[in-house]
Amino acid sequence: MSDVYIVGIDMIPFGRYPQCTVAGLGAEAALLALDDVGLTIRDMQALYCGNLLEAHLMVGQRILREIGQTGIAVVNTANACATGATAFREGLIAIKAGMYDLVLVVGVEQMGKGLLGGAKRSDGFVEEGVLGSSTMPSMFAQVGIEHSRKYGTSFEQFARVAVKNHHHSTMNPKAMSRRETPLEEVMAAEMISYPNTKLMCSINVDGAAAAVIASESATRRLGLMDRAVRVRASELTSGPYTPHEFALPDFNLVTQNCARLAYDAAGMSIDDVDLIELHDCFATAELVHYENLGLCAAGEAGRLIDSGETALGGRIPVNVSGGLLSKGHPLGATGIANLYEIATHLRTAAERRQVEGARIGMTHVVGGTPDRGSACVIHILEKA
Amino acid sequence: MTDEASALPAVPFLRFDDAGGAYLQGSRCANCGAVAPGDRVVCNACGARGRTESIRLCEQGNLYSYTIVYRSFPGVRTPFIAAVVELEGGGALKGTLLGVPTDPAKLRFGMPVKIVYRGTGQTSAEGRPFVSYYFAPVEALQ
Repeated sequence: MSDVYIVGIDMIPFGRYPQCTVAGLGAEAALLALDDVGLTIRDMQALYCGNLLEAHLMVGQRILREIGQTGIAVVNTANACATGATAFREGLIAIKAGMYDLVLVVGVEQMGKGLLGGAKRSDGFVEEGVLGSSTMPSMFAQVGIEHSRKYGTSFEQFARVAVKNHHHSTMNPKAMSRRETPLEEVMAAEMISYPNTKLMCSINVDGAAAAVIASESATRRLGLMDRAVRVRASELTSGPYTPHEFALPDFNLVTQNCARLAYDAAGMSIDDVDLIELHDCFATAELVHYENLGLCAAGEAGRLIDSGETALGGRIPVNVSGGLLSKGHPLGATGIANLYEIATHLRTAAERRQVEGARIGMTHVVGGTPDRGSACVIHILEKA
Repeated sequence: MTDEASALPAVPFLRFDDAGGAYLQGSRCANCGAVAPGDRVVCNACGARGRTESIRLCEQGNLYSYTIVYRSFPGVRTPFIAAVVELEGGGALKGTLLGVPTDPAKLRFGMPVKIVYRGTGQTSAEGRPFVSYYFAPVEALQ
């Protein structure tokens, strides 16, 4: 099967755009990606659109109404926090299947402020506070505390993730929050769900990111190989059964399984990877994924963050974009924004935050909700 | 105590027996042994069909993981402990742990807890009280 290449990719600066629509934000990112490669919507054979909160409202078609209704195939996808990455992967599969040569992929989300979800059930009952908690900070706090239980990981170690990623964000003009947060400030910030303080939670923002992906023949025919980024692996997994299934969704096995598939598909190991954008929806999550992705052995994540090896300039920089903790986390856009970050480094265009000599990068998103399940997507990208 | 005759369960797998006593209904797969709250025709652990049997979930367990929730949805009283409890005999539940200070130093991994049933203070539109299960430390109840 043909290799698939990212030939154009971009994102809008994440932030709050209350005056805009979801379709408008998606259209803006789509045009940026088309401009990045120098093509038009008339060159695109299909659109794969990732959006979660308006999943039933034909976001892809509405984007085309803003940038050109050429009548191409539109597929709208929703898959929790893996929504954008899933849309990208569906487009990639269609190219690999030989159906298309040039595909546009858009991830977009417009979010409210504050905690995701609502309290009341249709029968009026409020589960929150009675059946524990279903907020996202709570769920990922429980995931972190599970790690503390096994390995003694401390509040301070989790907090260091926020210090690192917020530091990275000061070098990323497209991040929502771009300021240093010293350890003392992170730990003293308002406690949301122990051990996640407010500065250890990703920000709900509006955002959009888009990519133009192409078959090998189209990439060569159009003379785009110079700036192209080869997709070496694109894997998707769903949460496998665990004995805690109905109490706490699994984010660990689903990531481990996906990582194994991705390394196999790419014929690589973690040692080949130069930088990673992983799913730091909460500070607690980043540490468990160090182990799930194989950056360190089980139980070593706390020591890894303490060592500084995952900071820019370290052995394996993680979330040099500032991560979801700083960029913000517009659910459907996040997966494609991660790909944008890696592609930017592989094109040596990341300026102050550039990971020197980056040749291979990895993106990881994993999402889920209590009592429903989880989804994970991992991509491995290589400078073409 | 609430009026069990008119009480509504907070979750579908909370049931009342003929004497009005609350219990948690679950199922166990005869093929792989996996236990889950509520009924299921096909086992989600092994995929076996028609091999699950109804059981009452064990009311003893231990604290597996938790968080202390300080910020929640509007109207929800905080702080509270949102716990994940492994039940003896299989299965795990999420729920609120009562009777323990909201202090990480007071929460011991593996500490024995038991299921207790309480009115939630919430009522349906028809005025029927919602009853739920909660977790409580075994020691404090003795």
